[in-house]
Amino acid sequence: MANWTEQKAHIAEAELTLIKGGSGKPLLMLHDELGFPGWMKWNDELAAEHAFVIPLQPGFGKTPRLEWIRSFRDLAGLYSMAVREMGLDPVDVVAFSAGGFIAAEMVAADPKIFDHLILVGPMGLKPEKGEIWDIFPVTIRTHLRATVADPGTTEFGEIYGGEMTPEQFEAFEDARAESARIGWEPYMHNPSLPYLLRGVKNASTLLIRGAEDRIVPPGCIAAYTKAIDGAKSVEIANVGHRPEIENAAEFVKIVQEFLAS
Amino acid sequence: MQISYFTERPYRGLNEDEILKNKAYFAVSNALFDREQAANDYNYYLDEYCYAEELGFDAVALNEHHGNPFCMGSVMNVEASILARITKKVRIVLIGNPLPVLKHPLRMAEELAEIDLISRGRLVTGWVRGAGSEQFFNNANPAYNREMFNEAHDFIVQAWTKPGPWRYEGKHFHYRHVNPWALPYQKPHPPMWIPGVLSPETARWCAEHRYPYLGLGTALGPTCDLWDFYADEAAKHGYQAGPENFGYLIPTFLAETEEKAQEIGKNFVFGGGQNAFSRPEHTLPPGYNSKGAIRMLAKHPGGSWLGVSPEKLRAHSDGGRPDTTDFDTVRQKLLKGYGKAQKNLQLLIGTPESVLPKAKTLLRVLRPSIFVFFNIQGPVGDEDRKTSMRLIAQELTPQLREYAKEIDLVDPFERTPGSVAYRNGVTRDPVVDREPLAALGMAG
Repeated sequence: MANWTEQKAHIAEAELTLIKGGSGKPLLMLHDELGFPGWMKWNDELAAEHAFVIPLQPGFGKTPRLEWIRSFRDLAGLYSMAVREMGLDPVDVVAFSAGGFIAAEMVAADPKIFDHLILVGPMGLKPEKGEIWDIFPVTIRTHLRATVADPGTTEFGEIYGGEMTPEQFEAFEDARAESARIGWEPYMHNPSLPYLLRGVKNASTLLIRGAEDRIVPPGCIAAYTKAIDGAKSVEIANVGHRPEIENAAEFVKIVQEFLAS
Repeated sequence: MQISYFTERPYRGLNEDEILKNKAYFAVSNALFDREQAANDYNYYLDEYCYAEELGFDAVALNEHHGNPFCMGSVMNVEASILARITKKVRIVLIGNPLPVLKHPLRMAEELAEIDLISRGRLVTGWVRGAGSEQFFNNANPAYNREMFNEAHDFIVQAWTKPGPWRYEGKHFHYRHVNPWALPYQKPHPPMWIPGVLSPETARWCAEHRYPYLGLGTALGPTCDLWDFYADEAAKHGYQAGPENFGYLIPTFLAETEEKAQEIGKNFVFGGGQNAFSRPEHTLPPGYNSKGAIRMLAKHPGGSWLGVSPEKLRAHSDGGRPDTTDFDTVRQKLLKGYGKAQKNLQLLIGTPESVLPKAKTLLRVLRPSIFVFFNIQGPVGDEDRKTSMRLIAQELTPQLREYAKEIDLVDPFERTPGSVAYRNGVTRDPVVDREPLAALGMAG
């Protein structure tokens, strides 16, 4: 297992908690709306050649909530400042679900901020067809189960299985509360984002979707490929919204090839 | 002592199996809505409130819920407006308007001013945050619920008291031209009573504003704790809390015989009763509860501070109860709860004679000066509902009024809440009497 540490950094006027691990070219990871699930197998695989920088979203427990952040665009502004202050730009990024929404807002505002942009099951755009699954009127457990095609997947069980501890319950509630605060309405998308993404030229963009994803419909991927010039997409068979857990080998292969391109 | 009459105005045309199948009242499909039934019910309930006035209740209380056959009052101010005109002397108590989910405090200020004017100053207006399910129904961001509640309240008070026109740029609300022509009949504005299910944040807010707090049928022990908490907060604000600061709502059904009362009284658990108001996922929307409350819930799910049962909390983390179609078993469980609630004095069922000592115990322990009788739920006929009201008004209430005088339960119209000064360093007066709890097995 790679060496990873949790660090506090005063960045962009925020006391941001960062997970750092691995070595090589920096790779920014933006976690999803449930929060950072811990260091996983796919992190380990990529850490041999990439130095992960993983900000823990304000309001999700470790990083204090920032009163002024009231939208994903606000949050993207904070993260962009952080990337610049850390001198990472242009940086590679892999962003999951609502984290994909943040990354899309970042690149829309600053098309040169990323070297490679990888969006995995990204929210943020109104799907051309269908709807982003509503994560709020369901129990935590129902939400978790909906993120995978097969809840029997070993690593899924390691991360989310067993009885929920009070600490886990509180962490999930923090994450859900903050996601609601900034993504309640319009629900987990920004109507102006597709127009701003059209100004992003020559960005190296890859969209990854699990073929059995129940959270983000194919219409979101279609909206992104239409909005971002030259964006490519790939689908991983037999997995849901968490391809990095359900088929880590395939996921890592796709990411490595793309980052090397 | 203010004796008030309240009903949820249940929709009486729904088969219980539909609620059990849905595991809650909220989200039962409106494909089952019968217009004729609803028209009858709405008109009947207005007549029933007039009957309450005839019977001599001091006040009639209304509430509001959304998308829910548990309570037909989805726009309470409409009913209050009608009552303002067709009743003559009874106070009209709103418990309360859900400010954060309605999202338009200026409109609210106007509506309530009209009701107060039409009734010539009989309005008592209360505010609530709105149940969890209502955040979904109205698409109100639950993470801002508390902030929006506070801001909307402060705005309304200003709209009623600060001469306009003026401009308002708040955090959640923005108005270019605040100058409502119609202002409340009562000066500076109608009294405010705040209902709740024991959230300490709400109690603290009430104490700060010197508003009476109404416990909604909450468990006796924790209610005593909250009264003490309120009184401690009141002392910090320089006043001694007393009966004028507290109210209590109690589900009650009386009949001429014990057997009949017990049989019909079971309708308080029709469809699961209040515990089946909404499913866990609708009861606890994200961000609706404070971080402190979530922490307490996570560590002590047996607590009742938030009106959330341990079962609901468990269901929230484990994904919900298993499906069951054995409704008879469910009904048996509900009936056990019915017996337990009576034993704990959270339900008063019986004849005037059998209920009187229990009602007196509630008055003695909680010392509320506002006592609200909550009529039966479920598909109970008009005559049985009215019989219960008559027995409460004519056979129970006179004795309760006497007892209230005896133990000095001074109400908010006799003594302004927050008007008794508290001197620093002096032990504050007790606001509850826990002594009878031991005999009820509720001490501790």
